Amino acid sequence: MSSAPTATAPGAPPGGSPLADVTASETSLRRYLHGLPGVDAVGLEARAAMLGTRSIKNASKAHAIDLAISMIDLTTLEGADTPGKVRSLCAKGANPDPSDRTTPKVAAICVYPDMVTTAKEALAGSGIHVASVATAFPAGRAALDVKLADTRDAVAAGADEIDMVIDRGAFLAGRYGKVFEEILAVKEACGTAHLKVIFENGELSTYDNIRRASWLAMLAGADFIKTSTGKVAVNATLPNTLLMLEAVRDFRAATGTQVGVKPAGGIRTSKDAIKYLVTVNETAGEDWLHPDWFRFGASSLLNDLLMQRQKLSTGRYSGPDYVTVD
Amino acid sequence: MMSAFEYAPAPQSASVVDIAPSYGLFIDGEFRESADGKVFKTVSPSTEEVLSEVAQAGSEDVQAAVKAARRAFEKWSALPGAERAKYLFRIARIIQERSRELAVLETLDNGKPIRETRDADLPLVAAHFFYYAGWADKLGHAGYGPDPKPLGVAAQVIPWNFPLLMLAWKIAPALATGNTVVLKPAETTPLSALFFADICRQAGLPRGVVNIITGDGPVGAELVAHEDVNKVAFTGSTAVGKEIARTVAGTRKKLTLELGGKGANIVFDDAPIDQTVEGVVNGIFFNQGQVCCAGSRLLVQESVADELLESLKRRLGTLRVGDPLDKNTDIGAINSAEQLARITALAEAGEAEGADRWSPACELPSSGYWFAPTLFTGVSQAHRIAREEIFGPVLSVLTFRTPDEAVAKANNTPYGLSAGIWTEKGSRILKMASKLRAGVVWSNTFNKFDPTSPFGGYKESGFGREGGRHGLEAYLDV
Repeated sequence: MSSAPTATAPGAPPGGSPLADVTASETSLRRYLHGLPGVDAVGLEARAAMLGTRSIKNASKAHAIDLAISMIDLTTLEGADTPGKVRSLCAKGANPDPSDRTTPKVAAICVYPDMVTTAKEALAGSGIHVASVATAFPAGRAALDVKLADTRDAVAAGADEIDMVIDRGAFLAGRYGKVFEEILAVKEACGTAHLKVIFENGELSTYDNIRRASWLAMLAGADFIKTSTGKVAVNATLPNTLLMLEAVRDFRAATGTQVGVKPAGGIRTSKDAIKYLVTVNETAGEDWLHPDWFRFGASSLLNDLLMQRQKLSTGRYSGPDYVTVD
Repeated sequence: MMSAFEYAPAPQSASVVDIAPSYGLFIDGEFRESADGKVFKTVSPSTEEVLSEVAQAGSEDVQAAVKAARRAFEKWSALPGAERAKYLFRIARIIQERSRELAVLETLDNGKPIRETRDADLPLVAAHFFYYAGWADKLGHAGYGPDPKPLGVAAQVIPWNFPLLMLAWKIAPALATGNTVVLKPAETTPLSALFFADICRQAGLPRGVVNIITGDGPVGAELVAHEDVNKVAFTGSTAVGKEIARTVAGTRKKLTLELGGKGANIVFDDAPIDQTVEGVVNGIFFNQGQVCCAGSRLLVQESVADELLESLKRRLGTLRVGDPLDKNTDIGAINSAEQLARITALAEAGEAEGADRWSPACELPSSGYWFAPTLFTGVSQAHRIAREEIFGPVLSVLTFRTPDEAVAKANNTPYGLSAGIWTEKGSRILKMASKLRAGVVWSNTFNKFDPTSPFGGYKESGFGREGGRHGLEAYLDV
């Protein structure tokens, strides 16, 4: 994100969004979101399965592994987090494989707001961003004032990126205007920090809802759209990420504005990560194959990528004791 | 960091299959040379390399094969259904066990991508044998009387687009119902049928129950004309189908024909666009469009035509054309030089008649038979490319304004094998499906096959059904 703060593609229409009238009222917003093309679940899942069969080997695999590492938001979101735990995670993010200094560093360290200061200090000079989940993460069940205070707190502590959760209750009740206003307000509170909007796809339940949420968040100015918190049963899946990639692709075609995508939760193996990269490549295209536009929200994925990376360079699996535990 | 994400080649090793330098005919449980010793070569369409030499059957061989099948019929038809089922289950399991080998073989001989032979053809082949094995001891419950009888010797002639799958569609129901078989695979793709002959031996199938004779069209003609054949089943071109119908007319032979098509894929303005694009791609570019039920006419509602075409073109740009043994290849080679010439000629006719031709930028290999995925817009019902079956990766795009117009255009063809409907509205799907004169109407999907689902045509697409309970009727005396 550092290299492309203005998410505007060439050819973007000058002077405001071409979809400005869509957000003029709750009615126009609803009409627009419900007018988006539907999603056929069987077809979507079949396409994702097909993309999952691409065979990525040798040079492509080495490239994909390094790319995936550089896209990781290395995350710890536990009630039990301590400054020590966060500092060691930061050290790992900056230098993922002490035995191989050519290993790329991760994109960001993602923590709760009260840990932002610790992370910021630990990462000083590394170029790694600090992302913070704010807005009463993960349920988002708090007054807007509280959510905004949470956000401002994280930003004041130095967070470069804010991961907000939407009000799923309002969304499912059809109160799109409320969700829209909240995203706008949080975006405002973010100042220069980038805003990732989390849908919690597992709770939105239908693919149609995920597509609507994607457009809603993008209309409200999200810099990234993110699948999930990692705290519920269904988090990122290849089909729901594919769907969100279609949405950002179409949104750029309609408005000229490019928005990033972040699947989070449950992506644990290199094989899975590579499937996501293939899906990015063949859906949104290579413009999105960059940490500015695609992230993995993950904690355990990194070690598997490191083990695969070691395997590619040495020809052997060395096992989990050859990568650091945190 | 590399800017682009290029996939390194991921070739499936061809060494999992052992192709002999020459093959004989499979008659009465044994491989033998043709009576007059004639052979022909089969080549790999993607490289033009000769894969093997195969016996060219002649009249004597046809006689011998039918005779063997007739001899075997007596015992085979007398077996209890449960016994026949055992053999069929065994064949199905061996197909599964040898599926990688067979998938590679099929790709080498046919030119279709390994992704399709591995993920579509072979699982369906095994599924057909499993499915009809299940029917073998339940024929009395199929709705054709308490104790339906087999017909006798079935002469089966199959095409080159799905060599092993078409073999399964023909042989599995024939054997399950107690018939014996003489099958002639297409001249350009004989190998998987010969490997299947080996599987029959491996399964201990009694001699003569399945006989495979290889050769060109005249051998097929002789086979279907043979006086001691009770049933003729043919899948292939409409022209040959008509000839066969004339041959069989006036005899007591039972006949099923599964012929050409010019399927309409109808897209309404409320369709799920992204999945529709996938379905359209699958409808016409699956197996390089060499599919009788291909959705080769796209009928799109005018109000979304531009949007859909833009998405479709973008998607076509991601199709990977090339070495069919590469696991990442989406589009492989055209089956033969002859077929390539036919596709080329029809595409040129499309241009000459004023339609707009478009293909994505893609580099085609220098040897082998290749045709880039092609889209024609500005097509009208009067153009040849809207009426004639191209049997290649060529999509003709037409538009419509109302559902009635879509039905009228979709049905305005001499064929009637398949159609597709894309809409979010369930009631519209049902209404459209009842009006479309096509054997299969897919809704919000395309080119989906299952052994439980009957398949067959209207009008010049043939008659009779294969697959499902209906598929049994073609092999029973009912």
